[in-house]
Amino acid sequence: MIRDNFRILLVDLAIGRGNVVTLEGRDTFVGGSGLAALLYSKYGHPERPWNDPDQPLIFAIGPLTGYFPLMSKTVCAFKSPYHDQYAESHAGGRSALALRFADLDALVVVGMAATPSCIAVGSRDLVIKELPFVWGKDVFETGKMLRKLVKRGGGHRTMLRIGPAGESGSAMACINADTYRHFGRLGGGAVMGIKNLKAIVIEGDASFSLPESKEYPKVFQEAYTKLTGKDMMKYHDIGTPINMAVLNETKMLPIRNLQRTTDPAMASITGEQFADNVLLRNSACAGCPVGCIHIGFVRERFQKEHRYIYRQVSYDHEPIFAVGSMLSVVDPFQVLAIIDVSEKAGLDVMSAGVALAWATEAVEKGFISEKETIVPLAFGNSENYKQAMQLLGEGSNDFYRLLAQGTRKAAEQYGGKDFACVLGQEMAGYATGEVYFASQALGFRHSHLDSGGYSFDQKEKGKDLSKAIDFLVKDEQGRVLLTSMVACLFARGVYTDELLTRCLHSVGYTYLAENLGPVSRNVQQLRWKIRLASGFRPEDVVIPERFYEVETVKGPVDRAFLTGLIQEYAKAIRQLGTTAQ
Amino acid sequence: MKILTTPRMERCIGCHSCSFACARLVHKNLSWDTAGIRIGSSGGLSTGFEARTCVACEPAPCAQACPTGAYTQRKGGGVIVRKNLCIRCGKCAMACPVDAIYLDTTGEPFVCIHCGRCVPFCPHDCLEMKEVTPEKSARSEVPHDQRQL
Repeated sequence: MIRDNFRILLVDLAIGRGNVVTLEGRDTFVGGSGLAALLYSKYGHPERPWNDPDQPLIFAIGPLTGYFPLMSKTVCAFKSPYHDQYAESHAGGRSALALRFADLDALVVVGMAATPSCIAVGSRDLVIKELPFVWGKDVFETGKMLRKLVKRGGGHRTMLRIGPAGESGSAMACINADTYRHFGRLGGGAVMGIKNLKAIVIEGDASFSLPESKEYPKVFQEAYTKLTGKDMMKYHDIGTPINMAVLNETKMLPIRNLQRTTDPAMASITGEQFADNVLLRNSACAGCPVGCIHIGFVRERFQKEHRYIYRQVSYDHEPIFAVGSMLSVVDPFQVLAIIDVSEKAGLDVMSAGVALAWATEAVEKGFISEKETIVPLAFGNSENYKQAMQLLGEGSNDFYRLLAQGTRKAAEQYGGKDFACVLGQEMAGYATGEVYFASQALGFRHSHLDSGGYSFDQKEKGKDLSKAIDFLVKDEQGRVLLTSMVACLFARGVYTDELLTRCLHSVGYTYLAENLGPVSRNVQQLRWKIRLASGFRPEDVVIPERFYEVETVKGPVDRAFLTGLIQEYAKAIRQLGTTAQ
Repeated sequence: MKILTTPRMERCIGCHSCSFACARLVHKNLSWDTAGIRIGSSGGLSTGFEARTCVACEPAPCAQACPTGAYTQRKGGGVIVRKNLCIRCGKCAMACPVDAIYLDTTGEPFVCIHCGRCVPFCPHDCLEMKEVTPEKSARSEVPHDQRQL
C-alpha cells in the first residue's frame, strides 16, 4: 500500500507475540536497505554479539514493490555470524510480493523461541507454531512438511527456511527462499537457527487500490516493455552463466582455487553448455516476467536395475564458479549434484565451494590431511566434494565446524592464509582485477553486487586511483537507491534515475521522486555508520597473496594499484560512515 | 465469440504477470487475488504451476446459482458480470467447479470476463484467446480432470 510511514510487524519469539508498529521516515529511509538500516538502528544492538537473542532479523521491501515489475526483492538484515558485524543479504522468490500483500513494509524478528518454531504471517494472521519435529530436516524435507502444515496460500506465499547448516550456527548458512532462491551470504541462516526459528511463511492475501494518477498505467507499461525487451534478454536466455565463457576467454574466471584464470577445460561448463544439456526449465520471482531462474536436473541411479531418482537444481554463474571452476569439476551434471547437496544442507554454495577449494589446496600443500577432511579432497573429484559438502553442512568435526565459520578462520588455525580466497567473505566469481578485488574486500555486503568494480576492470584501461574510488562510491550510491526500492539489480539498466523518478511520481511519492540523490546518499552513509559501529575496520582489511598473483587479459595484478585502492577506499568508507546524520 | 484458454501452462514460470495485469487493468487493483486468473503452484515450485480461471462453462453453474442476476450466461461460455447487482452471497464461488471465482474479504466475487487483457503479459505464451462456436463451448473446455461427471 502506498503510505508515507512504514508498517512493520515486530515478532518477539521469546513471548510468542507480535506488534504492528508504525514508523515515520519514508522520505528519509525509502525502504529496503534504508528501512533495514533504520530498523537495525531502532531494534539492533551493534555492541552485542550476533547470537544475542535480542538481535533482530529484518526482512524489508521497498515503496515500489509489486507496483512495478522486477521490484521483486527483499533485503534481509542482521548481525552476521561471519564477521559479527551488521550485514545485508538479498533474495527474491515470492518473498517481496508476499510481504507486500501481507501489508507489511518489513518483518522484524527478535528473541529466541523455547522450542523450534515457525512463524506464519498473513495480512490478517500471525501464528507462531512449535515444530520440534522439523528440526534436523533438510531444506527440501522442511519445505514439504511446511506445505502440509500451512495449507493456505499456495502460490501466493513465501516459505523461508533453514537446513542443518543454519541449525548448527554455520556462518555459511543461507536462508532458502521458495526452493530456488536464497538469502545466501553472510550467515542469515544461523541467525534463524540461533532463534530456534526453522521457517517463516508469509502469505500475501491482501489487495490494494491502484494509484489514481493517469501516469501510473503509462509508466508501468513503459517499464514492462523495457524489462521484457532486448536489454534483459541475457538473463532470459542463457542467464547469468553466460559470464563463464566470457570470463574464461578474458582470463578473469577464478579456477582451481584461483591458481589460474583461464582453462580450456572450462568449455564444458559454460552457460551455453548448461542451457543446451542440463537446463530443464525456467522459473521466476513473483512480479518478474524475465524469469532468469534456470533449473537443471540431476539423475542418480540407486539400484543396478535402472532405478533412478531425479532432482531439480537451480543454477547461476556464481554456483557454477564456486563448485565448478573453483573445484575443477567440469561435468555440468556433477556441478549440479554438488550444488544440490549444498541446497539440502542450507549452505551458501558460493562460500562453501570456495572454502572447499581452499581445503583442497591446503591438502595438496600438506597443511591438512584426511584426518581433517574425512574424505580425500582432490580437484575434479566430484564424488568426494559431494561428501565434503555434506560434512561441511553438518559441521561433522572440528575442522568442518571451523571451516563453516569462514575460510580465513580455518586458514589462521591450519595455515594457508595466502591462498584463502577471501575478500571480506569467500570471493565471488570474478577475477577481473584490482578494482573488483578492492570492491568486494571492502564493499558493504562483500558482494560482487555492491558496485560494478568488475565492470570497471573490464572497461577501463588506465589505473587512475581517484577515478576508481570515485566510481566505487558513486556506483554504490546508485545501487543503494535500487536496493532501497527494492529492485532486482538485473534491472539496473532499465530503472535509471529518470525512470525511477517517474515511477515514484506516478504512485505519489513526490518527495522521494525529487530527491533521489540526497536520499540515496543518506542511506549509503547510514548503512556505513551502522557497519562501522558494529565493528568494521576498513583499514584492517588484508588481501590474501593469491589475489596479487592473478593475471588477467590486462596483465598481472598491479600490487601498488591494489594496495592504493584498498587504502583510499577504506578512507572513503570511513568518511561516508562518519558523515552520516 | 472468444474465450480465454490456458493451453500451455506447462510453460508457466510463476511470474504472476497475468494476474497482476487483470487486477490492474480490469479491476483497478494491485493484487494477485482479485483477478480473473490466479496462478498457484501445484504442490511446491518443483512441480510447476496451474492457472485458476474460468473455463467458460455453458451453461455456467455460477450464473445458475446467482440469485440476483449479477452473473448471467455469456454467449460462448462464462458469465457477464453486473457488479451493481451483486449482494455478495458467495453462491457463485461455491457453484464453480474449478475454483475460478475469488471472493475478497468483503465477499466480492472476481471472475474472468474473457476480455484477453492478460494474454500479452505472459512472457511464455501460456494463454490464448480462442474462438468458440456455441455448440463447441461448455463441457469441451473443461479440463478432463476437472469435469464433474
